Amino acid sequence: MLHATELLGAGVYDAQGNFVGRVKELFIDPGEQPGRIARVLLSRGKFRPLVARYDQVKSVEPGLIRLTTDEYHLEPYQPNDAWLALGKDLLDQQIIDTNGQKVVRVNDLELSDTRTNGNAEMRVTHVDVGLPGAMRRLFKGVIPPALSRKLQEKLPQRSIPWEFVNLVEPDPKRRVKLLLTHERLARLHPADLADIMEELSSEERNSIIASLDPESAAAAIAELDDRLKPQVLEGLGPDRAADILEEMPADEAADILEHMAAESSEQVLEEMEQKEAHHVRKLLQFEEHTAGGMMTTEFVIVGQESTTAEVVAYLRHQDTNMDQLDGVILLDKEARFAGVVPVARIVLAESAAKMEDLRAEPQLSVHPDADQKDVFELFDKYNLRNLAVVDADKRPIGTITVDDIVERLRARA
Amino acid sequence: MNWPVTNSFSGEWRERFHAWRRRTRPIRRRLAIFLAVIGPGIITSNVDNDAGGITTYSVAGAQLGYALLFWLIPMTIALYVSEEMCARMGVATGKGLSDLIREEFGFRSTFFVMLAALFVDLGNTVAEFAGIAASMQIFGVTKYISVPVAAVTVWFLVLRGTYRQVEKIFLVACVFYISYIFSAFLARPDWLLAARSTAIPSIHWTQDYFILLIALVGTTIAPWQFFYLQAGFVEKRVGPRQYKHARWDVLVGSITCMAIVGFIIVCTAATLNKSGMTHISDAAQAAQALRPLAGKYASYLFAFGLFNASLFAASVLPLSTAHVICEGLGFEAGIDRKFGEAQIFYGLYTALIVVGGGIILWPRAPLFKILLFSQVANGVWLPVVLVFIMLLINRRDLMGSMVNTRVFNVVAWTVSVFMIVLTVAFLYISVANPSAAGVVGNWLPHLPKWPLY
Repeated sequence: MLHATELLGAGVYDAQGNFVGRVKELFIDPGEQPGRIARVLLSRGKFRPLVARYDQVKSVEPGLIRLTTDEYHLEPYQPNDAWLALGKDLLDQQIIDTNGQKVVRVNDLELSDTRTNGNAEMRVTHVDVGLPGAMRRLFKGVIPPALSRKLQEKLPQRSIPWEFVNLVEPDPKRRVKLLLTHERLARLHPADLADIMEELSSEERNSIIASLDPESAAAAIAELDDRLKPQVLEGLGPDRAADILEEMPADEAADILEHMAAESSEQVLEEMEQKEAHHVRKLLQFEEHTAGGMMTTEFVIVGQESTTAEVVAYLRHQDTNMDQLDGVILLDKEARFAGVVPVARIVLAESAAKMEDLRAEPQLSVHPDADQKDVFELFDKYNLRNLAVVDADKRPIGTITVDDIVERLRARA
Repeated sequence: MNWPVTNSFSGEWRERFHAWRRRTRPIRRRLAIFLAVIGPGIITSNVDNDAGGITTYSVAGAQLGYALLFWLIPMTIALYVSEEMCARMGVATGKGLSDLIREEFGFRSTFFVMLAALFVDLGNTVAEFAGIAASMQIFGVTKYISVPVAAVTVWFLVLRGTYRQVEKIFLVACVFYISYIFSAFLARPDWLLAARSTAIPSIHWTQDYFILLIALVGTTIAPWQFFYLQAGFVEKRVGPRQYKHARWDVLVGSITCMAIVGFIIVCTAATLNKSGMTHISDAAQAAQALRPLAGKYASYLFAFGLFNASLFAASVLPLSTAHVICEGLGFEAGIDRKFGEAQIFYGLYTALIVVGGGIILWPRAPLFKILLFSQVANGVWLPVVLVFIMLLINRRDLMGSMVNTRVFNVVAWTVSVFMIVLTVAFLYISVANPSAAGVVGNWLPHLPKWPLY
């Protein structure tokens, strides 16, 4: 096992045993093979730097590399954006550990060397994020490597296998060249992904959002810190921001737009689809800390005389997301609010049971102007899971669910 | 029970109330954004007026009267310019200063910066606990009670609270600095002379004058504050759009900090200097000396201010230090993490408080040497940090459009060079000639010769 720290600065000798230069940088070419050291950059003082290919390396040990060829077979160095530099792009930078689901800083890299037909191939196997790597960095060139190794053995190891490492490259062009994808990140739970994004810089965050599909992006953004949501969307441009907001519940989208700069939120609204934009605009009229500001305009209404079987059939044919459905709002003959039926009662009732017989008592509703404190009190007192919001004519205009309450209460704490 | 009334008042008044709310909505929103951003700048600048700082200001007023007041305005500018750069870096990159140093200058530089941070902050923490002990002594509380109680309070406050709660408590602590304004008024100073000294320079070409000037700058602009300030804005998720609010926060902080310095100098100048008691050696002595001159309330207010400042700084420093070190070296950090996840962070934090408070309680501790060492480290550290800041803030790839302008660079380099020269002079004196003019205890800002009862 080798370490990047022990190789950077190592002396390089050619087939004749002549000194060629010192290792300045190690490159991975992700286009060839992920993880293999494809090129070794040699600095040679005032002479032009040279590059050794992976098949020109004969043997590797800490502080020493021997080549299979002579100096004049080596190529001159041409900077290449598509190469991943171990020293510059990895050491000291933050990476995402997709297995442990957190952001860590690279102290050192562990490499393996395997002998294949006469040369030594180096591969990055682990990223060292623990104390041994830190110690190697600190004592490099100060105490002999052997002593350094002995000291490290006593320290607790913390390293991440290379295949679980997710790099974050803020520059989108370079990201494409390096073939970086965030597939593994897309598979994380949105809440975990949000925790990771909170620890990154704004550019790195945007680079992750950019690589996700609108639906996963919306789910992850919804879990972010409230103060970050508008910033992230502003950083994306109105087009993409609109795509993502369309995937969110209207109340969540309105909350975010409310906190964006007036002109950018208007641009985003214009880019959004008519129907979604209409919902969101309606919600934006309400004061933030009122029932209107908390509610969502997506809810299910049925006539109070319909039967369980009819309601279930109706729900099956809705294309909206039913995961968060807690209750169904009833309407009387004049299309006024007439109570709420909890979903659990519908599930348990006979198929011929009428909705009006199943509704929860007391039949509660609030005005959109009601202060959020009053809403909290109602939820607490009656152990509600959702609450209808009605206008002055008693027509339902929205519903507040228990997750809105939890979010608000947490923001106040 | 069909229609619960959720608004306690109704009809016409409700309409009017909502009309008013709608009308004022843009203003209220802007105010809410501002209030959400402010904090780090005001807190950081005020923590600067800690036990060591108050000692220096009292001594400056007692020895030289109003003479040093002139330097307050240049110092406000220096404080603002250097803090504003850190605020801007935090906003533009979303990263702490130690993170940036690590990413751009590598592990070894970071390690030594962090090592310096540890020693300097430990020394400062000792000074804060010394301030707590000395100020409570004036109220008749022995240090064997005040220091352990303060240490436990500080420890719990930070570990049990969220960042937002802790910040609110800190902002309240900032308000208590008003006690120095009251004690300045109780001292009945010559306000006209004070105003004139602030506007017109009166330079005394004496050694004491320059030593005190250097000490004044050294205590007001401390390197750790840059880390704390930047981390504060990062933690608050301040984005480029709210940046102008952040700048106001820093400006208000710098001005209030310097105003408090002015009031302390005026207070001791009007009493101690006027009656010839020019040779006090620490802030607690100043508080005691005020009693016969300006009444017991002035004395109590002065001592209370010292206690508040020391407790406040003793809460901020260990936390900030543990955070900065863990972040830079890549250990898990943050009060949201559990003990098992962030052992090094909690270990460092606890150790700083236990050692800082413990040294005060240990009668034979080499307090003088510890504080001298920390002060020297502080002096070595400041230029390094300033140079790091200047290099980072000029990097367009990091800062984007928020990179330093040329004009700002000229101002910032002038300020940096000015502070570096003063610090080097300060270091030279403290190393080469520690017994200079018999004012050791006076001019070493974090070297209050607290009575070690």
